[in-house]
Amino acid sequence: MAQYKLKINGRDYQADVASDTPLLWVLRDHLGLVGTKYGCGIAQCGACTVHLNGEPTRSCVLPVSAVGGAKVTTIEGLSENGDHPVQQAWDELDVPQCGYCQAGQMMTAAALLKKNSKPSDAEIEATMSSHLCRCGTYHRIRDAVKLAATKTK
Amino acid sequence: MQTSRRDFLKSTAFAGGGLILGFNWFESVASKPVAVTAAAPLNFNAYLSIGMDGIVTIFSPNPEIGQGIKTAFPLIVAEELDVDWKKVKVEQAPLDTTRFERQTAGGSGAIPHSWKRLRVAGATARQMLINAAAKRWGVPAAECTASQSMVIHTPSGKKLSYGELAQEAAQIAPPTDVKLKEVGSFKLIGKSIKGVDNQEVLTGKPLFGIDFYREGMRFAMLQRPPAFGLKLKSVDATAAKAMPGITDVVTFKNNVAVVGKSTWEVKKAREVLKIEWEKAAELENTADHDRIFKELMADNSKATVRRKDGDVEAAFKNAAKVVEAEYQCPFLPHNPLEPMNFFAHVREDGVELVGPTQTPQAARNDVAKLFNIAPEKVSVQLTRMGGGFGRRLRTDFALEAAELSSLIKAPVKVIWTREDDMGGGIYRPAVRYRFKAALDKDGNMIGYALRGVGMNTANSTREDNFPSGCVPNLLIDTAEHKSPITVGAWRAPITNFLAFAEQSFLDEVALAAGKDPVTFRLELLDKAKNQPTGAIKYNIDRTRKVIELAAEKSGWFKKRKGVHLGFSVYYSHASYVAQVAEVVVQKGKPVIQKVYAAVDCGVVINESGAKNQVVGGIVDGLGHAMYGNLTFKNGEPEQRNFGAYRLIRFNEIPADVEVHFVNNGIDPTGLGEPALPPTGGAAANAIFKATGQRLRNQPFVEQTDILG
Ligand code: FES
Ligand code: FES
Repeated sequence: MAQYKLKINGRDYQADVASDTPLLWVLRDHLGLVGTKYGCGIAQCGACTVHLNGEPTRSCVLPVSAVGGAKVTTIEGLSENGDHPVQQAWDELDVPQCGYCQAGQMMTAAALLKKNSKPSDAEIEATMSSHLCRCGTYHRIRDAVKLAATKTK
Repeated sequence: MQTSRRDFLKSTAFAGGGLILGFNWFESVASKPVAVTAAAPLNFNAYLSIGMDGIVTIFSPNPEIGQGIKTAFPLIVAEELDVDWKKVKVEQAPLDTTRFERQTAGGSGAIPHSWKRLRVAGATARQMLINAAAKRWGVPAAECTASQSMVIHTPSGKKLSYGELAQEAAQIAPPTDVKLKEVGSFKLIGKSIKGVDNQEVLTGKPLFGIDFYREGMRFAMLQRPPAFGLKLKSVDATAAKAMPGITDVVTFKNNVAVVGKSTWEVKKAREVLKIEWEKAAELENTADHDRIFKELMADNSKATVRRKDGDVEAAFKNAAKVVEAEYQCPFLPHNPLEPMNFFAHVREDGVELVGPTQTPQAARNDVAKLFNIAPEKVSVQLTRMGGGFGRRLRTDFALEAAELSSLIKAPVKVIWTREDDMGGGIYRPAVRYRFKAALDKDGNMIGYALRGVGMNTANSTREDNFPSGCVPNLLIDTAEHKSPITVGAWRAPITNFLAFAEQSFLDEVALAAGKDPVTFRLELLDKAKNQPTGAIKYNIDRTRKVIELAAEKSGWFKKRKGVHLGFSVYYSHASYVAQVAEVVVQKGKPVIQKVYAAVDCGVVINESGAKNQVVGGIVDGLGHAMYGNLTFKNGEPEQRNFGAYRLIRFNEIPADVEVHFVNNGIDPTGLGEPALPPTGGAAANAIFKATGQRLRNQPFVEQTDILG
C-alpha cells in the first residue's frame, strides 16, 4: 500500500492503495467517483474512459502508480453544470438507453472534439468504434457527436 | 441512491399541506384512489403527490433496464392528468407487492399490462382537481377543464393551478367513473420525450447497481465452477487469506467467495486461490452439440408434436416440389454492459437487497425461501440497470449475495467480472431447425414441417405463429437435449433465432415457387384469411399492414440498380414488425447500408424512446446474427471477454435505420424485444440476393468470408 496524490477534476485527492490498483477502482471504490464505469477490465469496451492530461485513457488498465501528476478528468468533471457540448447534444438527441456506456462514450467524443472541432464522418467512426454500446445506440451517438461539433467553439 | 425507504417517504411528505394522492397503479384503479393529506398515515407507496408548489411526483414501479419504462409510465399518467410535463418529478419505487403488481422488466409486457391502469390513475386525479376547483368557484364541474397543470372554468376564463388546488382536492372523494381521453387527442403521448434520468446518466451520478456503496460494506468476488459439469472438490485459501485487504474466504455450494475491502483486492486474492474441481456431469464440447443436434433431428421417436394440421405425409407425397433446409445457432451470453452485481445485508430482523434485477419479486421470494423467512422480511431497492437482455430475470446473483452476507454477517456487494459474467451465464440456448415445404405445381405451399431441437429447451418453436394457419397440412415438433450448460431467456426468447430461420426459409420457398418474397407472404396471409387452418394467434390484418408499409417505404417493388433488398416480418410479444435490409456490394463484399422497419405496437407512447428501442433492437439483432458466438471446450466457455467475444461496433452498423410506426390507436404493446427477431432474416435474405450465398447458420462471419 502507498499514498497516492491525485489531481482529479481540478481537486486534490489522496488514496491509500496498492500500486497496481487500476485508476478505475481507485475512482470508484476509494474516491466515490462512480460515473466512470467498469465493463470489461481489458481496455475493450471504453466504459472506463477518463481524460489524462486531456487524452482519453482507459482507466481499467491504468495502474494508479502510473498516473503521477497528470490531470485526471472524469465524467463528473467534464463540465461544471453538466452542460458540456457533448452532454447537451447527448441529451437533446436522447441518446441513452441503459446509459451505462455513455459516460465513456462522451469522454472520448469530448476529447475528439477538443482536438478536431469538425471531425469528418470517417474520423468519428474511427474514434468511436473503440467503444461498445450493448444497447446499440451508435446511430444517436454519431448524430450527437456531430451536433456537439456545431456547439463547440 | 442511499436513501432509505423512510427517507423517501419523508421527502415526498414535504408537500406538507399539499395533496398526496395515493393510488394503486395495478389493481382496479378506479375504485382504489384515496386522497389523504400528508399528515395521514402513508401506508402505501404507489402514489402520485402534488405539492403546493405544483410539482407532481410520480412513482414508477417497474425496473428500468434501458427500455425507457421510467419515462413511458409517468408519461401516460401525466397525459391523463393534464400536467405540465416540466413540473413532473419521477421517482423509482421499491418493490412493494402490497401496492404493485408485476414489477417486472421482461417479455415486453409492462406497457400492455399497465396502459389502462396508468391512464385511469391520471384521469382520476385530474377529476379530483377539477371537482375541487368547481367547488371553490361554485360552478358545475362540467364547465371546467384542465390543461398544463391548471383547472380552467371555461365560461369565465377563471384559472387555478394544481398546486393551489392540491389541499382541497385531497378532501374530495375519488370519482369512480372518469372518462379517458380520446386516442387522437393526446398531447404528450406520441411526442418525443427525453429520458427522465438523462441528466443523471450524462453527468455520472450513482444510478446503477454497481454504483451502490455503503459505509462498512464489504466487497466480494466468487469463484464459481469454471466449466459446466464441474463441482467443487477442495479449496486451499491460505494464500488468498494472507493477501492485503482480505477479511474472509468462505465456501458455500459450489462457490468460493473472497471477501475484502475493495474490488481490486478481492480480485487479486481470488487469483491465488488453489481450487480442485471434480467432474459432476458431462463436460460438453461444441462439436458434441453439433453431433447431438443431428442425431435428434433424425430420431422421430424423440420428438414431441406441438401442432398438427391436415395430413402432412400426403402433402409431401403429392408435392410437385419439396424444399428443405436446416438452420443452427450457437449459445449466446447476454453481456449487459454492467456485469452482474448485487448488494445484500442479512440482519437479525430481515434482509435488505439492493441491485439491478428485472424481477425484484422473484429475488425477494427466493431469498425468503433460502432463509425460510416471510417474504415481507426481505426489502428490495431497485437500481437502474446497465442492460439485462433477460439475464437479470434470474435471481442467482441476488441469492448468492444474500447467502454470503449471512455467512460473513456483514453487508456485502458481490461483483462479477466480465469473465465471470460471460462465463457463468444463463445463455440463449443453441438450437437447430429443419424446415420442409411442399409446393403444388402452381407454387402454393400445401405442406409445412418444422422440427426444432434445442439445448435445455423443451419447445424451441412458436407453433401458432405465422405461417401456421396459412398451410392446410402442417406439422411442428420439437426435441430437447439436456445439457449441464444453463440456459434462459435472452431478449426475444426462442424467436430471436426462430424468426431468422423461418423468414430465411420462407424466402427459399418463395424462390422455389418462383414468387416474389413479399407477394408470397401476402398470399399466405390471404390463405389464412379466406381458408384458415387451425388456431391463428396473430392478427392477419396487422401483419399484412406492416408488410405493406415496409415494402412501400423501402421501394420494394421498384428495382434499383446495384441495390439488393431482403425482407422479413415477425410477430412477437404482441407487436408486429416488418423489415427490409438494403445491401450493396462494395469491393466484392455485401454491405448492409440501410434497414427499414415498419412497426405496429399500437399507440406509440414516446416516439424518441420507441425509436431508440427499434433501432437498438435492429443493431442487436444484426450484431448477434453476424458475430455472436459462444463455444465450449470440456464444458468451459471459450470466450470470456470482449476480446475473444465479438459484439457489434460503431463501424459495423448499417449507416441508416428508418423506422415507421403504424400508430393505429390500438392499445399499445411493448417494444423492448419485437424489433430484434426480424433483423437477421432481412439481412440474410438481402445478402443472398446480392451474393447468391444462403446463410443458414449464425454467426454469419463463421459461415463465409465475404463478410467483414
Ligand atoms: S472497463 Fe475499461 S475498457 Fe472496458
Ligand atoms: S446505452 Fe446501454 S450500453 Fe450503451
